Amino acid sequence: MKTLFFIIQKEFLQVFRNKSMLPIIFVMPIVQLVVLVHAMTFEIRNIPMTVVDHDLSGYSQRLVHKFAATGFFIIKNATPSTQEANNDLMTNDAKIVLEIPAHFERDLIRNTKAQIQLRVNAIDGVAAGLSNAYANSIIADFNQNIALEWMKVAKLQGGTRITIDESYWYNPELNYKTYMVPGLLVLLVTIIGMLLSGINLVREKEIGTMEQLNVTPIKKYQLLIGKMLPFLCIALFVMTIGLNIGYFAFHIPFVGNLLLLYAMAIVYLVVALGFGLLVSTLVDTQQQAMFIAFFFMMIFIMMSGLFTSIESMPKWGQYLDRLNPVAYFVRIIRMILLKGSGFRDIQTEFWSLVVYGITVFTIAIARYHKRA
Amino acid sequence: MHCVSTTNKQKMKKLLGFIRKEFYHILRDPRTLIVVFGIPVVQIMLFGYVITNEIKDVSIAVFDQSNDVRSHELINKIASSGYFIVEENVHSFNEINETFKRGKVKEVIVLEPNFGQKLERNQKSSIRLIADASDPNTANMIVNYTKGIVATYVNTINGNQQLPIQIETRGRMMYNPAMKGVYMFIPGIMTLILMLVSAMISSISLAREKEIGTMEILLSSPLNPAQIILGKLTPYFILSIINASLIISLGIFVFGVPVVGSLVLLMAECILFILVALSLGILISTVAKTQQVAMFMSQFALMLPTIILSGFVYPIENMPIPLQIISNILPAKWFIIILKDIMLKGAGFTFIWKETLVLVGMLLFFVLLSIKKFKIRLE
Repeated sequence: MKTLFFIIQKEFLQVFRNKSMLPIIFVMPIVQLVVLVHAMTFEIRNIPMTVVDHDLSGYSQRLVHKFAATGFFIIKNATPSTQEANNDLMTNDAKIVLEIPAHFERDLIRNTKAQIQLRVNAIDGVAAGLSNAYANSIIADFNQNIALEWMKVAKLQGGTRITIDESYWYNPELNYKTYMVPGLLVLLVTIIGMLLSGINLVREKEIGTMEQLNVTPIKKYQLLIGKMLPFLCIALFVMTIGLNIGYFAFHIPFVGNLLLLYAMAIVYLVVALGFGLLVSTLVDTQQQAMFIAFFFMMIFIMMSGLFTSIESMPKWGQYLDRLNPVAYFVRIIRMILLKGSGFRDIQTEFWSLVVYGITVFTIAIARYHKRA
Repeated sequence: MHCVSTTNKQKMKKLLGFIRKEFYHILRDPRTLIVVFGIPVVQIMLFGYVITNEIKDVSIAVFDQSNDVRSHELINKIASSGYFIVEENVHSFNEINETFKRGKVKEVIVLEPNFGQKLERNQKSSIRLIADASDPNTANMIVNYTKGIVATYVNTINGNQQLPIQIETRGRMMYNPAMKGVYMFIPGIMTLILMLVSAMISSISLAREKEIGTMEILLSSPLNPAQIILGKLTPYFILSIINASLIISLGIFVFGVPVVGSLVLLMAECILFILVALSLGILISTVAKTQQVAMFMSQFALMLPTIILSGFVYPIENMPIPLQIISNILPAKWFIIILKDIMLKGAGFTFIWKETLVLVGMLLFFVLLSIKKFKIRLE
């Protein structure tokens, strides 16, 4: 027990002695959390639009006004030139082009039929689909209005209708920040923990202090635990700051049980830090450790379900993601904080993490030889 | 004159010797090579398939209080859309909360009692969509998709009722007619990998020399700071170009992303971007004393901002104005625009000279600052 205590003390000393690392460990994650979370939305609004109105009639102008009035589209440019409009699409000055042909009003009145064209920058397919659908509904609405006026028809009766009532539970205002803050916090804590633990052992190897540790009467598991506990404390500390910011600055509801959250956080961090230590035992130089840590961390982060949802992945990707500890904890922290899920709801995740942690540690202890 | 040219030649020779030494360093350890090429290949193959924001096979639950022909018809319609999978049936409102808490089901569709009867008799009935909005981005999209399906269902019941006046809309999906998700994400993935790998390898390389003590030897050599930096950069530059070609080929041949524009222009821009990333790495290494600090700065400080702010996942124009301004300092943002413009839109240089100029400016800034910051003496 005493040996363990000394190792822990030594690690803490080393962390706090390194003045250039302190701001990176404690300040950078918080700054990133506070700044980056504001960017994380897919919500579509203010779509820049270019209008090419060849007709310039009463009707065409009304249609254009209708587009402008929705707030969904912003008319950045109105030009008579199709060429210029296409240029706007090219230069990203417009995401959508509405082109109204000459004789639009005349065609509509004489032939009861007219055509208009929408050109959408579809590189972001999902956003393009939504804005196209929205533009179409504006046009359909306009169509109905002038039909009513012009033909003096009474409101179209008949026709079946299904009214849709939508409700958004747990987050009725659809505030994306409450969802993103916990997830982002998990990533930040993971990166610190994994990078710190990933190069820790190998650093001792590289600078030669490992030999000294090897000749001391420390057991293998004592060394690994002693190296992990300080990082666990640091990670929990950063997480606590982050949660406070989430609560006070972003008004995250905190529905669930905080004790459960911390218990799960410890289990998770044991896996994450154990993974780092495992990497550290597998390599000879810090450089290699960094590359390997970087490789796995990128994959863990990109597949964590924070940026794009796990359900959108192909099936094999979802199976592969079961090996991703970050995905488990991102899910857990969101479920506990936002929905108040209890232990029963997150059992699967809990046991998966426990098995993961035991496996990682067993391998790390087996791989770590008390040799130089 | 004669004298000057010999010294120049000698200088050149020294530099070449130094570059050769650096190459040996890298090539000597095959593991480094595996990492430098293996990481990008594996990651792009993985992310290309996995990173997508398309809605498909979302788990939903149905609370059908009516259980008649019409309600089954509507549910079938929703289930067969490809967007949704009906995971379970709930039988009371209380159950909905429990279902959401388990986390799998993202939306519950509630059909009122006598749904079909009301539809037949009164031509009017209602449904309720309850979404698990703890993920608001997805919830919003799922509800919109469901509404779309219900609307088409209503249309089929009504038959295509004709308005007396018809405006026909012809929509054209430019640059990505099939609206494939990979078109959106592959350029971003390429940028991210190229940026992080290049910045990481170059930032660690100098910090490593400092840490293991070989920096002294370099400093006492007759090479000046600019030459040392150049010599350090060249091998990584060549590796990164091979890397970029590899990544682009995978994007083209595996994921079917076209190169509508000029391939030469594309490669030239890639080279520019690699130089920016490498010089940023060098700048980091002139500031960082240890490899650990260098790595934290090149990964921790770069990774998340690059993923989140560069327009790779989240559209920049939706961000609050201050963040839109901050996003300008990320080289990745400009390169993603350039990649999309050349590959998908077929833009020529006249369309991307501004973005290119920004990258050139960044390159100059990083290089000059690193030369200035490069300390000739050890502390």
